[in-house]
Amino acid sequence: MSTDTAAPGLVVEVGGTAPGRPAVGRAFRALLWRDVFVTGRELVPFLLQVVLQPVFLLFVFGKVLVELGFATSQYSDVLLPGVIALTAFLTALQNTAFPLVIDFSFTKEIEDRLLAPLPTALVAVEKVVFALLRALVAAAVMFPISWWVLGTLPVEWGDLPALTAFLVLGSLVGAVMGMTLGTFVKPNRINIVFAVVLTPVLFTGSTQFPWQALDTLRWFQVVCALNPLTYVSEALRAQMAPGVPHLPLWLCAVALAGFLVVFGVTSLIGFRRRALD
Amino acid sequence: MDTGGAQRPADPAVQVTDLVKRYPGRPVNAVDGISFAVQRGEVFGLLGPNGAGKTTTIGVLTTRVLPTSGAASVAGVDVAADPVTARSRLSVVPQRPNLDRALTARQNLVFHAAYHGVGRAERNRRADALLEQLGLGGRGGDKVDDYSGGMAQRLLIARALMHAPQVVFLDEPSTGLDPQARLFVWDRVRELRDGGITVLLTTHDMDEAATLSDRVGIMDSGRLLALDTPAALTRSLPGSATLDIDVERAPEDTGEAVLAALASLAERVEQVEQVADGSGLRARLYLSGDAAALVGPVSEALAARRARLTGVRIGEPSLEDVFLSLTGRELR
Repeated sequence: MSTDTAAPGLVVEVGGTAPGRPAVGRAFRALLWRDVFVTGRELVPFLLQVVLQPVFLLFVFGKVLVELGFATSQYSDVLLPGVIALTAFLTALQNTAFPLVIDFSFTKEIEDRLLAPLPTALVAVEKVVFALLRALVAAAVMFPISWWVLGTLPVEWGDLPALTAFLVLGSLVGAVMGMTLGTFVKPNRINIVFAVVLTPVLFTGSTQFPWQALDTLRWFQVVCALNPLTYVSEALRAQMAPGVPHLPLWLCAVALAGFLVVFGVTSLIGFRRRALD
Repeated sequence: MDTGGAQRPADPAVQVTDLVKRYPGRPVNAVDGISFAVQRGEVFGLLGPNGAGKTTTIGVLTTRVLPTSGAASVAGVDVAADPVTARSRLSVVPQRPNLDRALTARQNLVFHAAYHGVGRAERNRRADALLEQLGLGGRGGDKVDDYSGGMAQRLLIARALMHAPQVVFLDEPSTGLDPQARLFVWDRVRELRDGGITVLLTTHDMDEAATLSDRVGIMDSGRLLALDTPAALTRSLPGSATLDIDVERAPEDTGEAVLAALASLAERVEQVEQVADGSGLRARLYLSGDAAALVGPVSEALAARRARLTGVRIGEPSLEDVFLSLTGRELR
């Protein structure tokens, strides 16, 4: 019995001869397609969710304060790269943390994907890749919006490769940090942890100020150096506002790669702990 | 341990050998050294109370729980050594619905097949066929949130079949379903067997185990206490039939004396158990012969003690009785 429908048995096809090794690559692409498919249907809510906060940040600090004379127009040069870095980083972080807590602890919807024929670690990697895609979309949308809010956009085509590279790197770090939080924190504590983690990340990521200018506030400079977001902001600033003091690109790349390795390992450990008993 | 007369010991669909699972920080093993084999095309039931280790056993076999020691294989694949291949040959109908609520019912089926590498045309064809077979035709476009418990259970069964697995695991398949939905699920399980699929189900419902399973393994506290066909398990009890009687005994008589009198009534009474003693006495007689023929002698014996027979029920011994005799406890 190889085909079925009219057959009395409730069966599409008997798995008679044992198939070979399953196609892991196809399974991975199908998982990714599922996430993209679901997001595609709710693109507008998704964009509102991730873009609204940075847009207001940009508008109030980059436009309103400048118009009122409390900040100079150079300040928007400092702010814009930071806000784009923030958008990518936090979008990625939130996209791995919250859904995983809900999936693992309450709906268990992820179980069907954990039973797909691919290694458990690749299910985690798919989540990270998907978070990266969402973060890049959010960051990309920020460029035209910034142009609309500020009236200028200090980006040239030649900046794109480096900007893309650091947005990818920064989003990956955000995604693995999010997965680490989402898999290690107890579900009933996740709201508290987010409040305690997100706000400091938001304000110590050198998004609203250049890191090197913190010389006079040494302890805060040290704190900011521990936040991976600092290196994304600084790298983007190097491209978009070269006149503002910034960390060298190579240093940003090394720091982000280091964070990626550390949190990459912790996120895989955390995911495995939740996926397997 | 009796493995129930396995006819084809070679090439079983499921093989479990000395399986142990201990969760970190727990004082006892959740699964404590069990071994059994399920033949291809067989419906195998694991029967036991909650906490017996059934779900953990299924968890190991479906690659979601890592065994502490021992070996387990499904469709010829070692689940611990090669979980990826094992997952392509098995599927799971979980105890609690875990449908993808961001998708419609039909999309749940189609995406599941896509995860398993089934081609686009084929997975669409299978989804439509299975929705129809499970009585969900026309409801495929609904969000799964709108599904009732019974419909969700049917959709879970359909999803489990989308990648043509060789072994299907059903964890408490009818828990929480109304009687009609339960019968529907039972019929589908029989159809699975007719289609040549091996089924391993867990249940704490002895009716379900006895009705559906070719063989039943009885589990308690992580151990497999007995394993055989439902008929052979009940035959292993002291008697082949039971007679439950309610007695209103004389005021000066004692329950023990009445039981003793009943036990000595005939050779055919193999065992007498006091089931309950509230206002009256309720006893269960395990018999080797015809239960109906003994009702008269019992009544006379009681009359002689000035006791009154107030209720009689003749029964075949059930798996519940087997569990009772193995553990000294009721199943639930």
